[in-house]
Amino acid sequence: MVKEIMAGNKATAYGAMLARAQVIAAYPITPQTTIVERIADLIAAGKWDAKYVMVESEHSAMAASVAASNTGARAFTATSAHGLALMHEVLMWAAGARTPCVLVNVNRAMGPPWSVYADHQDSMAQRDTGVIQFYCENNQEILDSIVIAYKVAEDPSVLLPAMVNQDAFYLSHTSEPVDIPDQELVDGYLPPFRPSIKLDVEDPKGFGSFIMPPQYMEFRAHMARGMDAARERIRKADREWKEITGRSYGGMMDMYRCEDADFILFGAGTMMSTAKEVVDALRKEGRRVGVARLRVFRPFPYEEVRYLADRAHAIGILDRAFTFGRGGPLYNETNGQLYNHKNRPPTKNYIVGVGGRDVRQKHIRGIFDDLERFEKKGYGNEGEVHWWGLLDGSTPEVER
Amino acid sequence: MIEIRFHGRGGQGAVVASQLFADAAFLEGKDVQAFPYFGVERRGAPVTAFTKIDSDKIRDKAMIYEPDIVVVLEPSLLQAVNVTEGLKEGGLVLINTEEDAKDISERLGVKNVATVGATKIALANKLGSRVQPIVNTAIVGALAKASGLVSIDSVLKAVLKLPLYADRNAEAAKQAYEATALPGGA
Repeated sequence: MVKEIMAGNKATAYGAMLARAQVIAAYPITPQTTIVERIADLIAAGKWDAKYVMVESEHSAMAASVAASNTGARAFTATSAHGLALMHEVLMWAAGARTPCVLVNVNRAMGPPWSVYADHQDSMAQRDTGVIQFYCENNQEILDSIVIAYKVAEDPSVLLPAMVNQDAFYLSHTSEPVDIPDQELVDGYLPPFRPSIKLDVEDPKGFGSFIMPPQYMEFRAHMARGMDAARERIRKADREWKEITGRSYGGMMDMYRCEDADFILFGAGTMMSTAKEVVDALRKEGRRVGVARLRVFRPFPYEEVRYLADRAHAIGILDRAFTFGRGGPLYNETNGQLYNHKNRPPTKNYIVGVGGRDVRQKHIRGIFDDLERFEKKGYGNEGEVHWWGLLDGSTPEVER
Repeated sequence: MIEIRFHGRGGQGAVVASQLFADAAFLEGKDVQAFPYFGVERRGAPVTAFTKIDSDKIRDKAMIYEPDIVVVLEPSLLQAVNVTEGLKEGGLVLINTEEDAKDISERLGVKNVATVGATKIALANKLGSRVQPIVNTAIVGALAKASGLVSIDSVLKAVLKLPLYADRNAEAAKQAYEATALPGGA
């Protein structure tokens, strides 16, 4: 193992190379561009035996990935924001065709207003495509998650595409130490992709044919089972990765000091890494707080969410995205999972960091304070969705 | 945790300076983070970059608002940017200038000011042009001296990994390390 300082986009390229992706089709978009450049360099330099396919759009990038995967090749692509939105149709196709492609999405805000900064709207809007979704808090997790994503996606009981998400600039352009595992170690963990059914000129088959109503529903139910099976596969893949590298990301959810926590903040990405610092500081002041970091959004970690509900007096849910007309996506999902659960602590939704607004320790501290106040006060009279720190003066916590 | 903020102009290498200094600290066993201000960069426009150094794992992912050290790669930025904004009490400012540290100290109202003539050193080592000198490696050498956070050997190891003109850059870092005027004229 070699430890080296690298930005998240370099860690992305290394992750795909170590996973021995064989076909890469990608189209550049800020802040993903240096991923594509790095991959092209590694292939051109002969360090990586793969086919790089030039495409004219993200739609084609994903289509080429699906086709490559259909032939039994391990396919990789990367994109961001509007590029991911353009892929939407083919993401649906990739999942329906049960092609375990892996893509990295650099989480970026959707325009307009035009922005290139961190925001989870792009990926969370792909919720219903049938694509497994991982979220990362540091560059090591990006590299590791790409390998883990192939392991899960290619499992015969799963066979669905997977997307690894990393925050624009907070990870993509931030350099930090990353342990590069040995190729042999990765090879031992991730065997070559050998699908039982594939496109083969010697053994012709049809893919994606028209189907009548008596059969279609079964295909969708099988997809649903594949996605459900991914939960246990992700937990297992995480345990196995820990055995060989010493690194675990908590399986479906990364819980930090949640076991005895009265107040828990639940959210995704780099802001939850910052929140862990705040948890340590508040714990020193005697406050029983914890942070639950969403590691996997699809399939949804419902058992882990229920575990949090069994402990917390209240859960604050941090969304870096919004479902217009109905709060943040994570908030909705969490509440939905708790409706049929016996313990239902109050939950409050905090919309934060949208469009790359910096989420600082003092913001997290303010949110913990607000959540405790919310729980003590009785929560019936208060708006449940709170856009934190709006500069238009409509929320009280703004510094002037 | 030590937090360092670099001010430069697009093209001078402030972002690379933040990475080189981080790499030097990393080589000494520290955890580090280096990143540019999340803005749109243009040649000649003011650029900000950050380095965090800690002996423990760095989990804070926010930008730096209260730096321990501010590094200014270009003296004309003193007119354009409030470089000392948020500087911690007793914090250090390192400036690329031929001026006397005492004058700058008075002008900024900051006690600890270190100076280095990084532009002259960069040009003497053929790094960049008179219009656009690339002072990042010189300033990183000076920062090793002024801050005492890393050894010049670690800086040189980091600089020697550069893909272009590594030797000239290493020489500039070494010369700047020697030429740095410390606060209080020490």
